[in-house]
Amino acid sequence: MADQKRKGKKFWAAIAEAQSHAMDADPDIFVAGQDIEMGALWSTARGLRERFGPERVRNTPLSETAMAGLAVGAAVAGMRPIVEIMFIDFMACCMDQIVNQMAKMKYMFGGKAKLPLVIITHQGAGTGQAGQHSQSLEAWFAHIPGLKVVMPSDPYDAGGLMASAIWDDNPVIFITNKRLLGLRGDVPDEPYRVPLGKAAVKREGTDVSVVATGRLVQEALKAADELAGRGVSVEVVDPRTLSPLDSETIINSVRKTGRAVVAQEAVRFCGYGAELAAQIADEAFDYLDAPIKRIGAPFSPVPFAPTLEAAWIKGKGDIIAAIEEIVPVGAPA
Amino acid sequence: MDLSNDKLIEMFTRMTRIREFDERAGHLTEEAKVVGSVHLYVGEEASGVGVCATLNDDDYITSTHRGHGHLLAKGGDMRKMFAELYAKSTGYCHGKGGSMHMSDLDLGILGANGILGAGAPIAAGAGFACKHRARGQVTVCFFGDGAASEGAVHEAMNLAATWKLPVIFVCENNLYGEFMAYSSQHAIDDVSDIAQGYGMPGVAVDGQDVLAVYEAAFEAVGRARRGDGPSFIETKTYRYYDHVGRDYGVVPRPEEEVNYWKSRDPIDIFRATLIERDVLSDASADAITQSVRDEVEAAIKFAEESPEPEVSALLEDVYTEVTA
Repeated sequence: MADQKRKGKKFWAAIAEAQSHAMDADPDIFVAGQDIEMGALWSTARGLRERFGPERVRNTPLSETAMAGLAVGAAVAGMRPIVEIMFIDFMACCMDQIVNQMAKMKYMFGGKAKLPLVIITHQGAGTGQAGQHSQSLEAWFAHIPGLKVVMPSDPYDAGGLMASAIWDDNPVIFITNKRLLGLRGDVPDEPYRVPLGKAAVKREGTDVSVVATGRLVQEALKAADELAGRGVSVEVVDPRTLSPLDSETIINSVRKTGRAVVAQEAVRFCGYGAELAAQIADEAFDYLDAPIKRIGAPFSPVPFAPTLEAAWIKGKGDIIAAIEEIVPVGAPA
Repeated sequence: MDLSNDKLIEMFTRMTRIREFDERAGHLTEEAKVVGSVHLYVGEEASGVGVCATLNDDDYITSTHRGHGHLLAKGGDMRKMFAELYAKSTGYCHGKGGSMHMSDLDLGILGANGILGAGAPIAAGAGFACKHRARGQVTVCFFGDGAASEGAVHEAMNLAATWKLPVIFVCENNLYGEFMAYSSQHAIDDVSDIAQGYGMPGVAVDGQDVLAVYEAAFEAVGRARRGDGPSFIETKTYRYYDHVGRDYGVVPRPEEEVNYWKSRDPIDIFRATLIERDVLSDASADAITQSVRDEVEAAIKFAEESPEPEVSALLEDVYTEVTA
């Protein structure tokens, strides 16, 4: 068991390797951020400074607006920046550059601007860091035309989606969940890509579709394992890219299973899952045998106390409970 | 300053093009011939032209909501500008930007920005690209005294100074932010004083004297090209008209102040200098003004006769489709 756990590469290493491969191929790619030279707080840039030197791997002042603007200006002037914003909560400091600048320059300025940039940022609760270092804010960015939003749930997708994000000529917001960064999985040594805008069926099933994002994909897979022992066949669908969304894969899954649970870590109200549920209702209504269930956090800031935080954050148990409400489930084996 | 007569005449022509363009743009909004609002650069022509006259075609600038002047100073095409005002498909932004966003990336203009101070971090980024390519390119960031209160400007100055980026921060102090006087928004007399706090040289110059602006910009641009880092120039100038449009009369300005600044009109001052130096005569200066007016009318005709955007263009250019 211990050996099996150590197999494969960690989530953060897959991201670092994808950047390294891309930087080998294109000298106009650079990486900048707070503490990026030491490999980034979350290790997602580990080894890059040693390999690519101080011109291409650069610490920035603690200045999110300048950092995001750095990405915008360098990209529109022909480079391929990767800029890390350490916590997604800090994106609030640079929303103008993201929402009003990078997302609109192509559209507003006659279609000529190209913005091949990546903003990598990290989110999620469960680490005892309270209200300003724990949020899940992906819906903010998915709401903005002109941005692409990526949210991988395992190491392979993390590396492949990072490669695609780097080579994409549009601004991409690349969001990890902090608690997934140590997850191990099979990751090729050579360059590879996972296409943007393509969902993945992470586990096939016939009774219910769980459409989950980020960390909740892993929780859904655990729930599926457990429910399999009780005779319930759960399909797990991971959009992987929140924008553009591969609606087709999701709709096809729900049409097949006839039941849908939508699961996210973020606050449920007005969350990304609301869009997923609405699309399922629009496109698969006639196939549904039960109401769509929607899982997300309660409407409060992320609390500090472990007992409160545990009550706030959603996981496997919530997914199982939702499925039990809409699928006839046998007693635990 | 050793400027050729051709260069001086070109600068005079560009200032005149800005003046005539924006005067007509102001009238066109009043006549409801164009939609939206225009932020006019009239009175500030020496600032944009003096700075841009020191730049090469492959140098970058970031512009502001008051950006018509910067675009023309960098060599913009009036036909595409009027067409954009008229929201036509032949405009710089194919009718998707309007007055506030008309810009030409091919001229190195990285946007005319509706958000105060937002161009500054972008200029720092473009400056980083200039430094990385090491071909001696520079980036100029235009912003106003109002935007000098925005955090984005300060963050960008700190980054540019720390990384020694080839960026020139040009604060066009026209004495008003929206309808509020400079003195009600700042505790210092010269915005350029803030440069010192970021470790870059800062100067305040007479923004009505295009040659004084040129001289300051020439030095700052040279410094940037040599790899010696950013500089700050404050051009002291005056917005003849209101924040938006020509004259709303919302907040009347002191008559004495208006008369003082109009007695120092940048085009009058430069014209007198050029005539005194025998670069121009009254007749040749008048001829330039007349030919610019003809250009304006022809450009308006072009705009009026151009087609509106097809509705099918609504979803075009949200994303770049081709990817490496």
